[in-house]
Amino acid sequence: MSILIDEDTRLLVQGITGDTGAFHTKLMLEYGTNVVAGSTPGKGGREVEGVPVFNTVDTAVEETGADVSVVYVPPAFAADAVMESADAGVDLVIAITEGIPVQDMIELKSFLGDRDVDFVGPNCPGVITPGECKIGIMPGSIHEPGNVGIISRSGTLTYEAVDQTTKLGLGQSTCVGIGGDPINGLDYIDCLEMFENDDDTNGVIMIGEIGGTAEQEAAAWIDENMSKPVAGFIAGSTAPPGKQMGHAGAIISGGSGTAEAKQSALREAGITVATSPAKIGDAMVEALD
Amino acid sequence: MNIHEYQAKKLFSEYGISVPDGKVAFSVDEAVDAAKSLDSDVYVVKAQIHAGGRGKAGGVQIAESVDEVRRHADELLGSQLVTHQTGPEGQTVRRLYIESGVDIADELYLSFVVDRAREGVVVMASTEGGVDIEAVADETPEKIHKVLADKRVGLAPYQARKLAFDLGLEGKTAFQAASMIGTLYELFTDKDCSLAEINPLVVTGSGEVIALDGKLNFDDNALFRHEDISDLRDESEEDELELEAKKHGLSYVNLDGNIGCMVNGAGLAMSTMDIIKQYGGEPANFLDVGGGADTDAVAAAFKIITSDPRVQGIFINIFGGIMQCDVIAEGVVNAVDQVGLKVPLVVRLAGTNAKEGRQVLDETDLDIVSADSMADGAEKIIDIVGVNAD
Repeated sequence: MSILIDEDTRLLVQGITGDTGAFHTKLMLEYGTNVVAGSTPGKGGREVEGVPVFNTVDTAVEETGADVSVVYVPPAFAADAVMESADAGVDLVIAITEGIPVQDMIELKSFLGDRDVDFVGPNCPGVITPGECKIGIMPGSIHEPGNVGIISRSGTLTYEAVDQTTKLGLGQSTCVGIGGDPINGLDYIDCLEMFENDDDTNGVIMIGEIGGTAEQEAAAWIDENMSKPVAGFIAGSTAPPGKQMGHAGAIISGGSGTAEAKQSALREAGITVATSPAKIGDAMVEALD
Repeated sequence: MNIHEYQAKKLFSEYGISVPDGKVAFSVDEAVDAAKSLDSDVYVVKAQIHAGGRGKAGGVQIAESVDEVRRHADELLGSQLVTHQTGPEGQTVRRLYIESGVDIADELYLSFVVDRAREGVVVMASTEGGVDIEAVADETPEKIHKVLADKRVGLAPYQARKLAFDLGLEGKTAFQAASMIGTLYELFTDKDCSLAEINPLVVTGSGEVIALDGKLNFDDNALFRHEDISDLRDESEEDELELEAKKHGLSYVNLDGNIGCMVNGAGLAMSTMDIIKQYGGEPANFLDVGGGADTDAVAAAFKIITSDPRVQGIFINIFGGIMQCDVIAEGVVNAVDQVGLKVPLVVRLAGTNAKEGRQVLDETDLDIVSADSMADGAEKIIDIVGVNAD
């Protein structure tokens, strides 16, 4: 088992004819992901890497039975792309796109409302269940099937955690990049709950960063509900207040959202906190012990 | 993106939000002419810089005659204004706003922000205007009234009225305030604002509601659909290197240390700063080259880092995903060809095309120290920079 995606996942790539979409379609296919369809409005009828391209997601789903969609569409059109997939009836939409306007996200979240669809991202590396299915932009080769679940707001920092857990022989059940934007889809708690109920996951690493209070809320949830060990890391202890550190969501404002506040919330919930980004894997080993 | 008070007030005016009469001035003579053109006995001379806290720092002066306007304008223009938001070096005053004085009976506070947890626009109002609102939130949170705009309907008129009555306003003043709140919500959503603040919002002696100050921030990601707003950008208010970085699609924040960092991904870039500090070094910057950078952008990033005179060593930490390590390597080699390499360079490449990237670097005769992990790289650069400093 795993969470969100597995070897049976049938993937649709939105924006498949763009440079990024085409490049990563190739890498996902090489990894063994079952890419069944692509979509780009006005480019239906073509093929990219042997994958048929459709004008609309609706037709793509109808013709190919795609059940998960990944979005590589430019920011101005990305929210619309997610809505299109949600409406076409896929189970999960993963948005890789960085730079979607906040108001588009507010509208999108309202549109998704109580529709029966999971949404991951945006501004994220995607989701991978090692050895089965890779959806997104993460380098497949550093992953190894195993029993650690990883949840992260940061892309490349997730790769660090993956690399460390692979080298320590733990491997990963599923890694979920929830994205670095202030308003996003699945949050820590949603993913923690899935990992808690996943037989293949023995422990979870959550990687957070400065800005907002999502990590504190997750810590409170873990304290109440989580039986599996959790290790954590928070990036940005040296970030100056008031400055946006790359991610739209990573900004310390008015004393809230600091790395220190988050680290202590995690510790109070019994989470093993890695003090260095080089020791995330070690923290997981310690928590599992 | 941030704009000046006078620009925000012009937008307010266009939407029908009452503001005092005023004119922008770039010189002392313009300030005097502006004052002469205003129908008023009392003037306010306001320094236009992007940082807050101008009043306390002496950047807002009352003048009771045109001569006084001249004196204040002469003092302020070209001076360095140091507020709690500018840093110790302050910000040069290049523009003034000359305004008619207002008969103030009461000072209130009004702001709009995007609440990330509630995923919508929150409107905050308080009777405690003209002061530091964060202190009010800390000490007397009951004095801050909040409503959340509905994601589909927007801010309903009853919500705006509720805030007006919560502020203790009555009669036509309350309805005027409610209407202003509704209008500001329209402006906020029309223009993709990330923050709108009127502090103070004043009630005049005759019961009129006027925006005495105005601050608007905009969502950078939405500027592509607001050319009118992008045009308001005042580049002289921004850090030169940060601005140059933005032009190349890089996120860069200038810091005080001596180790330049080039990293892909915001989380890894922050962690790289963290680990450098942990090993006893000081990062000179935050720099995320992003996922879509080409060799030109990487070369630009390298030049930005090396143009900071404090930089005594550079640590490039790349974990390739969407970013391919060979693109980074080629960008660095291009940049070194153009500007040379005057400081030690430690490079760690992992992930997508790491092998190809290392090959590109190996084929040059550059003196590059290679590292196999982020910790290894941080240690190596600190070792070298330490040795150099001796």
